[in-house]
Amino acid sequence: MTAEVILLDFWPSMFGMRVRVALAEKGIEYEFREEDLRNKSPLLLEMNPVHKKIPVLIHNGKPVCESLVAVQYIDETWKDKAPLLPSDPYGKAQARFWADFIDKKPYELGKKFLWEKQGEEVEAAKKEFIDCLKLLEGELGNKPYFGGEIFGYLDIALITFYSWFYAYETFGNFSIEAECPKLIEWCKRCMEKETVSKSLPDQRKVHDVVTEYRKVLGVQ
Amino acid sequence: MGVKFGPVLYIVPGDICSSTCFLTFPGFLCPSISCVSVTVTMAEEVVLLDFWPSMFGMRARLALAEKGIQYEYKEEDLVGGKSQLLLKMNPVQKKIPVLIHNGIPVSESLIVVQYIDEAWSERYQLLPSDPYQRARARFWADFIDKKVWTSGHQVRSSKGAEQEAAKVEFMDSLKLLEGELGDKPYFGGQNFGFLDIAFIPFYGWFHTYETFGNFSIEASCPKLIAWAKRCMERESVLKTLPQQHKIYDFVLHVNKMFGLH
Repeated sequence: MTAEVILLDFWPSMFGMRVRVALAEKGIEYEFREEDLRNKSPLLLEMNPVHKKIPVLIHNGKPVCESLVAVQYIDETWKDKAPLLPSDPYGKAQARFWADFIDKKPYELGKKFLWEKQGEEVEAAKKEFIDCLKLLEGELGNKPYFGGEIFGYLDIALITFYSWFYAYETFGNFSIEAECPKLIEWCKRCMEKETVSKSLPDQRKVHDVVTEYRKVLGVQ
Repeated sequence: MGVKFGPVLYIVPGDICSSTCFLTFPGFLCPSISCVSVTVTMAEEVVLLDFWPSMFGMRARLALAEKGIQYEYKEEDLVGGKSQLLLKMNPVQKKIPVLIHNGIPVSESLIVVQYIDEAWSERYQLLPSDPYQRARARFWADFIDKKVWTSGHQVRSSKGAEQEAAKVEFMDSLKLLEGELGDKPYFGGQNFGFLDIAFIPFYGWFHTYETFGNFSIEASCPKLIAWAKRCMERESVLKTLPQQHKIYDFVLHVNKMFGLH
């Protein structure tokens, strides 16, 4: 381990992407290490013995785990450039609340209709997933970014899901743009940022890997 | 007149004050002749929507107590029916605790605790200053919610093989936390802090878990129990945590009401 900043990651992970975007926003040089999640490296198991999951940010040998914890760590450590969280306590609380919501609701619902067989539960999950996106669209309102004028923490938390939208739409059988046009506008605005476009994989590549995994699970 | 910054109103010398402070009366010039502004604290309105047995609600209560913040406690009847205020203040999750600060709601217990720490930053600090220590505290607080709460809930609401598996996961999680505590007096080091606040409310539920699961937490995690008892010596904790048997009685009562085992 010689690089000062190392990121243990897995290219399709929307959680890993959050850390990539945060590092890019701060202009931090780092070493990206791809993990094979079917065969986790000794370094990953050593650095995240509790969850054994990516992303793990390793800064001067010390690990930081959980994507939203890592993004806040990056913001607080490299605080002289591109602030990610708002400065006022209420703004911070709002950003944290909605990022937490993303992980608890749409992410979990998305897992249901991607990885489980068709049925009532899956249909209900699809509907609730769209409702969650609409709530988020409401939170965005007419602002250019969730952070207001500036791309920030909550934008980072959500934009990485955009790389999974084509997979969600194909297997959910709905159009996110039809349901949440303002959200898609926001996605495209974010994708104009190099820090975002270079951190997110192509939607079709994610779709292909999801298709493969669905076959393995016997869902496809 | 003056500049409002958060809850405190700064009056510069010569301003006409419409508030009451120890130096002047409404309508009079501020008599302070030094270049230092006189501060007058505006009335803060802090309300906490809560439910007495909730370990999440207890976190908010502890943070408020540690900071010495006066607030109005409003008990929600989660069994009978949520109030209109709760549904209005937390329409997304419809859950307690909700901290309402000058009319504006903050939800999710760990987010509430961080908000309290940041909004009253001049008082007793809850999160460490160092970014790496802050990241560790947040990581373990998140672990408590994902692992300890979930498995604990399973321990008290399931039976047979499911319960046995939950007990194993619960105890493994507690052992990991005991490891993180190490030889420190508190998770925060020398000072009771964020992670102590995140976890100590679970102590109120230990008797419930142990009784339903038929095991002893102290037998496997003596250092954790020592830490818990150390925390209980703090006035904020002693006054906030309900007695363990009251929580157990409450769970029995709810189980009976809903016809659960």
